[in-house]
Amino acid sequence: MLSPTILLSAILNGLLTGAVYALVALGLTLIYGVLHIINFAHGALLTAAMFTAYFAFKTVGLDPYVAVFLLTPIFFFLGYALQRFVIGPASHGDDRNMLLITLGLAVIIENTLLFAFRADTRTIELPYAFATINLGFTFLAVPRLLGLIAALIVAATLWLMMNRTDVGRAIRAVAKEKLGAELVGIDVAHVYAVTFGFGTACIAVAACLLIPSYYVNPTAGNAFVLIAFTIVVLGGMGSVPGALIGGLVTGVAESLSGLFLGESLGQIGIFLTFIIVLLVRPRGLFGARA
Amino acid sequence: MKTFAPILIVVVALAAIPLMVHSNVLLNFLVVALMIALAGQGWNILGGYGGQYSFGHAAFFGTGAYVTAVLQVRYGINAWIAFMLGILGGALVGAVIGALSFRSGLRGSYFALVTLAFAEVLRIVASVAPITGAGVGTLVKLDLSFAALQFESRAAFYWVILTLVAIALVITHVLERSRFGAWLIAIRENEDAAMALGVDTTAVKLGAMVISAAMTAAAGCFYTQYFLFVDSGIAYGTWMSIEALLTPIIGGIGTLFGPLLGALTVRMLGEIARSVTGDAPGLDLVVFGCVLILVVWFMPRGLAGAVADLARHLRRPKHVSATREMSRG
Amino acid sequence: MAEPLLVVKDVSRHFGGLQAVSHVSLTVHQGCITALIGPNGAGKTTLFAMISGFLKPSGGTIRFCGEDITGEPPHRLARRGIARTFQIVQPFSGLSVCDNIRVGAHLHYRSRDEAGRVANEVGREVNLGAMLDRPANTLTIAGRKRLELARALATRPKLLLLDEVLAGLNPSEIREIVPLIRGLRERGITILMIEHVMQAVMSLADKVFVLAEGRIIAEGTPPQVATDLSVIEAYLGRGAAMRLGAGHVR
Repeated sequence: MLSPTILLSAILNGLLTGAVYALVALGLTLIYGVLHIINFAHGALLTAAMFTAYFAFKTVGLDPYVAVFLLTPIFFFLGYALQRFVIGPASHGDDRNMLLITLGLAVIIENTLLFAFRADTRTIELPYAFATINLGFTFLAVPRLLGLIAALIVAATLWLMMNRTDVGRAIRAVAKEKLGAELVGIDVAHVYAVTFGFGTACIAVAACLLIPSYYVNPTAGNAFVLIAFTIVVLGGMGSVPGALIGGLVTGVAESLSGLFLGESLGQIGIFLTFIIVLLVRPRGLFGARA
Repeated sequence: MKTFAPILIVVVALAAIPLMVHSNVLLNFLVVALMIALAGQGWNILGGYGGQYSFGHAAFFGTGAYVTAVLQVRYGINAWIAFMLGILGGALVGAVIGALSFRSGLRGSYFALVTLAFAEVLRIVASVAPITGAGVGTLVKLDLSFAALQFESRAAFYWVILTLVAIALVITHVLERSRFGAWLIAIRENEDAAMALGVDTTAVKLGAMVISAAMTAAAGCFYTQYFLFVDSGIAYGTWMSIEALLTPIIGGIGTLFGPLLGALTVRMLGEIARSVTGDAPGLDLVVFGCVLILVVWFMPRGLAGAVADLARHLRRPKHVSATREMSRG
Repeated sequence: MAEPLLVVKDVSRHFGGLQAVSHVSLTVHQGCITALIGPNGAGKTTLFAMISGFLKPSGGTIRFCGEDITGEPPHRLARRGIARTFQIVQPFSGLSVCDNIRVGAHLHYRSRDEAGRVANEVGREVNLGAMLDRPANTLTIAGRKRLELARALATRPKLLLLDEVLAGLNPSEIREIVPLIRGLRERGITILMIEHVMQAVMSLADKVFVLAEGRIIAEGTPPQVATDLSVIEAYLGRGAAMRLGAGHVR
């Protein structure tokens, strides 16, 4: 019924899709691992980044693969500012408030985009967007292959940063024991903001990589946010390798369930996986105790 | 008994409005505001009194709406019975989600996430399942009769929703003063300490979830009867999940009249936003998002809290009422 | 002699590779004040967590009033008559002092008025009578400790587990609370307390168990334990007993 070729092709494509999911999830898991909150604004920020990349291309013809180098630092500072000047002060240190604030931000960002750009779906057309590599039994889309490579690079960079730099050490200290870190003189508000900045920077990278092969509209980010949550929970909150592996697994799961259940129900495979993981093993494959 | 007096006063005052005002626009505004207040009243039980923030209350609203619609349209069941069954259906969904989440010990962010996920799953299923009409939705036949729970006059709908809100207020107040309520509030304040004092936290949270779901489902059932059309976006879309939590937070989380105050305020803000900018989609939600952040930032106890603070300033500082404080010093 | 109220038999608990509590056995007799002491990290709080249902033992059994309660959840144990306070106080900060205590009272009293009456009574017993209507987060640390105590007392416990209830109190506050605890024994409430404040242990406890590195290293009356070589070494380090003078041999 289903030839191994089709199955293998679905798995491979799932891996490629999963790589981009992983990129989005990396930012989320970093933020959760350190600030211990789930950033509900993640999807909206992704949408905003995608719109930015889109307009950069439409207005000045900036190729997304070049724009990524510009957008990443911009979004780092945006994330830093959001955490430092809005989310941090507004939550008064209460986790539940932080949930609400990030939710509020998500609503604001998403609907501002909706108000400004209507609900129309837009795409960009790059001359090499449809380039593929022929593997004999299947074709792999070049942009998505680039996405896989980028995901690996970003994951490696993040891991190096966390484990080999001073900034990373400070971040890990705050993640583990906030009070202790404060007592040894670490500026926790600054570390939180830096972490959030890294999280949004990952989003910017993901956005630039998605734009060539994906559409953009005000709710595009949402499609990714719950997927990103699933990955983060599956891979373990706060675990960088977990987010990477979780992303790949989720991509494959979606691809396979799409194959067996049809396109529209493919998404259900993700949510059900998500719910099951949350209920059965909330700390995921690599995470610490929730 | 006398503690119910405020509810009586408020309800009677609201009931009198259609007798004095005949503007359909105003009545429509009030009907929708009361419906949202009912949904928010439900959220407030679990989130305000219990401290468990659900980001997917649309799951209950939508279930109430769909059950009421589908039972009438596909099975010819009487509207009133379909309404009751809709509430029951919502309560059932609440029991399932609650049992799964609380037995697994999910709290905080995780709980918010899982409720969001459940609502999304329901939305996707409703958008493709034939029984709900898939993408097209379900249309309830116009039948202006009492038996079909449809009315010619808007005032009649108004009194129906007001009755539901009144019932919800009474239930909330009874809960507030009961042992169950004291336990629920204790869970909100400190779950471990509550456990050590003999509170079966899983059972109490589950109970609160069921009551919460039933109330919000009732709002959904009403939606079907008032608008006569429901689809997956309307039923299970995030708009309702957001409004259900927004109204209690703005009005005063964990207070009796918070959701009602919040609903009227939010709807009014929405109207103002719309009148200023025309019917541009999304702007009202932007306003809501800003208000949410501003309220959490500067007025964590909401409007009711701000009013209570003012009243306390004016009164002699002798009796301090133990109202909910969201910001920890 | 009647069967002891609480019998902890051969209880162990490990976290991954770390053995926090190792084959601990102790008994608590009705109407006595029993103290659990030991250096930091000895496993005292872990043991408490197991007795009060917040952690499941990896091995061993716990019996209360003759029945096996191993692994039962906290709320079930509260109904049986085991109440506990927390080392780091956990008030219901948004509620008034009276409402805090009322939550405990509700275990046995359904009606709001009755539970409120009991809460008032208990509040006065612990000298919080003047603060009953104040928000719990306006209390000083001594007040909060008394609130912890009051909440637990409102559940009418048979066995009260006090986790470092004197920690963070100054000498005059300690002098106030010690008679309170003694008074509880007079009323028939059995007490098992983790304590670091030695003067209180010496004056209150009928029996002392010493825990070090997850094991019981000594037990006896306060004077017996104070002169025990292994106890001195556990607190002050290897060879300390020798250095302090060979006279202190058991």
